[in-house]
Amino acid sequence: MPPTDTTPEAPTPEEAPKTPLSKTPLPETAPSKTPLPHGDTPGIRFEKVVKRFGGNVVLRELDFTVAPGERVTLIGPSGSGKTTILRLLMTLEKVDDGVIWIGDRSLSHMERGGRRVPANEKHLHEMRKQVGMVFQQFNLFPNMNVLRNLTEGPVHVLGVSRDEAVERARGLLDMVGLADKIDAHPSQLSGGQQQRVAIARALAMQPKVLLLDEVTSALDPELVVGVQDLLRDIARQSDLTLLCVTHEMHFARDISDRVLMFDQGQIVEEGPPEQIFGDPAEQRTRDFLQAVLAT
Amino acid sequence: MSWDWNYTGEILPDLLSGLRITIAATLLGYVIALVLGLVWTLLQRTPSRAFNLAVHWVAEFIRSTPLLVQLAFVFFVLPGWGLTLSALTAGIIGLGVHYSTYTAEVYRAGIADVPRGQWEAATALNLPRRRVWRSVILPQAFRRVIPTLGNYLIAMFKDSPLLMGITVVELLNSAYQAGAKSLQLLEPLTVVAALFIIVSVVSSLIIRRLERRYATN
Repeated sequence: MPPTDTTPEAPTPEEAPKTPLSKTPLPETAPSKTPLPHGDTPGIRFEKVVKRFGGNVVLRELDFTVAPGERVTLIGPSGSGKTTILRLLMTLEKVDDGVIWIGDRSLSHMERGGRRVPANEKHLHEMRKQVGMVFQQFNLFPNMNVLRNLTEGPVHVLGVSRDEAVERARGLLDMVGLADKIDAHPSQLSGGQQQRVAIARALAMQPKVLLLDEVTSALDPELVVGVQDLLRDIARQSDLTLLCVTHEMHFARDISDRVLMFDQGQIVEEGPPEQIFGDPAEQRTRDFLQAVLAT
Repeated sequence: MSWDWNYTGEILPDLLSGLRITIAATLLGYVIALVLGLVWTLLQRTPSRAFNLAVHWVAEFIRSTPLLVQLAFVFFVLPGWGLTLSALTAGIIGLGVHYSTYTAEVYRAGIADVPRGQWEAATALNLPRRRVWRSVILPQAFRRVIPTLGNYLIAMFKDSPLLMGITVVELLNSAYQAGAKSLQLLEPLTVVAALFIIVSVVSSLIIRRLERRYATN
């Protein structure tokens, strides 16, 4: 379908499915002032998005919408295109066809002379300011200590003064429970600690959309819970739009407003977590959940 | 032919002054090789494939022709085009440019060795391209290639006698000059070999220490 020149309306907050889980009151222990982003959260829309790797079609004319502030978990078998969706949103991959919208602006395309053309680096740079990502393998910079990992972006991208960036980093490290590791190098931290720093690093950029790509898959089992608890707190205390790919179904149930079940680059089924995990409508979803929960 | 210690003592000051020239030429040439090598590498990563390929072939040409020919070219041919250099300067430039094509390959491998996740994290943080190179990629690539770069320093040092071919009185040339006067080459050449070994071994120890200090965990 050829792209239109009219700007589609961003999904409105009213469209966000409200489930009891998404409105869980803050825990008693929650700090009153957290350095988490609030306000102006954009929604996301995929419009007939196609992504191929060579001859392999990973996403087939995929359409879906995420409302502002909504937490959506993508589940499905390996190779179903879940991670590709996050990578497209982070501009680590380019769409082959279709359009991705963040708020009322196209991520993958820009206007030039009244025509829609593929986005250039300047446009991508502008759009990326809204998005943050936490990776399965943490990807902290090993040549920098924890503090510099957290201040590099704010200072050199957001133009924040060094003092303010350090202040913000301290607040975030406090929140993830690693205030005492501010001078440590990533190699001196456990996997769980590295992932907490990576989460803090993503939040230091004050994104409106946070992408979590199997963030606990590379962790030792005993470290998984701590990182998941942290993310639950972040989800409760912020109004971030959250897209999460995970194989941890309990975590998906806790953190999501909505769950999308993917297979072969398309959505097989979607709904609130209670329905998807409690009473899935599709046989494919039942088979997948059975296989995942059996392991 | 027996070893003459008195004669050895007499020629030693000349040989040590030759050694100073050799070390100076090697170190200055090495600085050129380190800087220019990085320039070669980065010039092969521009958006223009044609330009990258052109740079690649120029570097390949320099790497594949003998150092002695290049030294002779710089010292004997360039003056005809109005660029006259002292023998030592020509030697330093020749050594540096020749070895820069090797260090370029070392950098290339070091950069390729930085995990893809580092580029992706830098993109996710929206760091500007120049910052990504300066703060994330190059520091990690350098650490990975310190041992190989160190080996090239020693290789350059051992190639430095080629500077004799363009009249630089470096270590080997000073040995020949001493030997030419006395017609005794055993002592000068043995001392030259010993000095080369001593400097190489000491350099290796320094490089190993640097390697340990900057080892990536």
